[in-house]
Amino acid sequence: MKFISFLIDGINLGSVYAVIALGYTMVYGIAKMLNFAHGDVIMVGGFASFFATSAMGVNPLVSVLIAMVVCTILGIVIEELAYRPLRNAASSLAVLITAIGVSYFLQNTALLIFGSAPKQFNSVVNIPMLMLFDGRIKISGETMVTVISCIIIMVCLTLFIHKTKSGQAMLAVSEDKGAAKLMGINVNFTIGLTFAIGSGLAAIAGVLLCSTYPTLSPYTGSMPGIKAFVAAVFGGIGSIPGAFIGGLLLGIIEILSKAYISSQLSDAIVFGVLILVLMIKPTGILGKKLQEKV
Amino acid sequence: MKKMKKLLSLLVVTTMVASMLTGCGNSKEATTWKIGGIGPATGDYAQYGLGVKNAIQIAVDEINEDGGINGVQIEYRFEDDETNNEKSVNAYNTLKDWGMNILIGSVTSGCSIAVSGKTSQDHMFQLTPSASSVDAIKNDNVFQVCFTDPNQGTGAAAYIGDNNMATKVAVIYDSSDVYSSGIYEKFALEAANQPYEIVATEAFTKDSKTDFTVQLKKAQEAGADLVFLPIYYTEAALILSQAKTMGYAPTFFGCDGMDGILTGVEGFDTSLAEGVILLTPFAADATDERTQAFVKKYEERYGETPNQFAADAYDAVYIVKAAIEESGATPADGVSGICDKLVKKMPELKYDGITGEGMTWSATGEVNKNAKAMVIKNGAYSLIQN
Repeated sequence: MKFISFLIDGINLGSVYAVIALGYTMVYGIAKMLNFAHGDVIMVGGFASFFATSAMGVNPLVSVLIAMVVCTILGIVIEELAYRPLRNAASSLAVLITAIGVSYFLQNTALLIFGSAPKQFNSVVNIPMLMLFDGRIKISGETMVTVISCIIIMVCLTLFIHKTKSGQAMLAVSEDKGAAKLMGINVNFTIGLTFAIGSGLAAIAGVLLCSTYPTLSPYTGSMPGIKAFVAAVFGGIGSIPGAFIGGLLLGIIEILSKAYISSQLSDAIVFGVLILVLMIKPTGILGKKLQEKV
Repeated sequence: MKKMKKLLSLLVVTTMVASMLTGCGNSKEATTWKIGGIGPATGDYAQYGLGVKNAIQIAVDEINEDGGINGVQIEYRFEDDETNNEKSVNAYNTLKDWGMNILIGSVTSGCSIAVSGKTSQDHMFQLTPSASSVDAIKNDNVFQVCFTDPNQGTGAAAYIGDNNMATKVAVIYDSSDVYSSGIYEKFALEAANQPYEIVATEAFTKDSKTDFTVQLKKAQEAGADLVFLPIYYTEAALILSQAKTMGYAPTFFGCDGMDGILTGVEGFDTSLAEGVILLTPFAADATDERTQAFVKKYEERYGETPNQFAADAYDAVYIVKAAIEESGATPADGVSGICDKLVKKMPELKYDGITGEGMTWSATGEVNKNAKAMVIKNGAYSLIQN
């Protein structure tokens, strides 16, 4: 019983990682770049929802939509201003460094606008806690909503990529930008669309993250962002189901090692497992081995 | 490209001219006390840094109105370090370039340790209002206004035992933070001599400080009726809300890092903190005249009740003033000369402040004063009368 209760905590934490990792892996899979600013777009989503509910008094669910709109626009603007000019840069490191720069830019702008005092975030989820076995096992509404949203997002993304024209274009761009362009695909538009979707997902992730762990500050997104990146690598970066599985596993391992081994060493254990997995399967759990074309 | 180059050269020229100007400023005979402050004005612990920044300003203004220290006016400048060690050292360098004589800072232990390496090299007098780690005062030139961590840990352990507050105690602390782990170690040592037992010791690190359900569950399973939290309020706020979700309601007991929980997290549901007890040297609702005057002035100017860090900083300025007056130091002595005189005077000084009556210092820089226990009642701190 104790084990199950810890397992549920693990799924709770893992589902938050998973929903962030989905956005990471989506952008990496298509644009082949690590968007380190993803964690901070999440934070912006959290703030957008926070102000929509607290200052404008809109319904929490509407605030999620507002957050999505804000983040989608932000994602497109970031891509347009920061990443697009560097798309043909000689080194892919240039984009990576820019992404880190964007991350700091967002953090510090948020610091200037919202101040540094952490804010209490009121959960947008209004589902009562589920009690099983006479209340010995509790599953919070946030956990259920996060897991269900994860699955819905995962299914929708997979369908979108494989069944729609824009999705097919994304696959083509990820395979070979030059050839895709020759086939009449608008590469810039496709990558912009990828960022728009990724950032929209970030908004959902931000709201869910802040609902589960109810404080919000300009640094809220950075550490979960890094953990989610690890989860995406763990599951196989670029793979959408991989991000989901990686996120859940990471959360479960973290909580169980806290519970049964040492609360102090949990991060060391998580990263130890990551190293092990990558040694046995360098592309991650569900990662595909792509032959490097010469 | 050409434009860029022009712009760049313009920038370089401006900086050069600017640096020449500051050069002139330094060469003039120093006629004021230049007191610098360092602390987190932004970031997770801004509540502390801003408190310190504002309180120093109040004290400096009061002293200047009264004619300064031995007739010499004070200039004051505060730099932000965002609770980041490197930024704290950078802030120190900026202040040194400005011509600082005496440093009041940094606010947090980690930053103070980082900066004390530099102040010791430069032989500059450093008085930290709130860094409580023993390592922060390792160097001869550094003194403290607040308690050291060992004192807090020992004091808290003894207080819980003396007042029979619990039979089973759990501890949740931040093992990546020198403040938190320092208190915990001494707490554990002293708890061994107390009538209660520690049934669970759980840690977290700065990289995983959002989910505390496991730590709380383990404390609950071990049957702890008191949870000791030697941590800062940001994490404590999350712990309180997660404990409530779980339906776990022990007594929560904190140290000075818990100070700020009522106002530090915007929109925090203060009913969660009801009944939380904390040991701190300062109570804003104390009835003595100086505390009331300070609290009133602070509330008028900054619109909030000062926390313990602000009170420590306010005392810090007056301690510096007292030490200067008794040692007869002047700005003309230079940084190193001032430091020599003040360091010699500090162990002989006896000071009554708003964070403690009859404060005295050991030659190592440690302060000696009494802690007060406060309980959060109806959304406000109130002093526990023993």
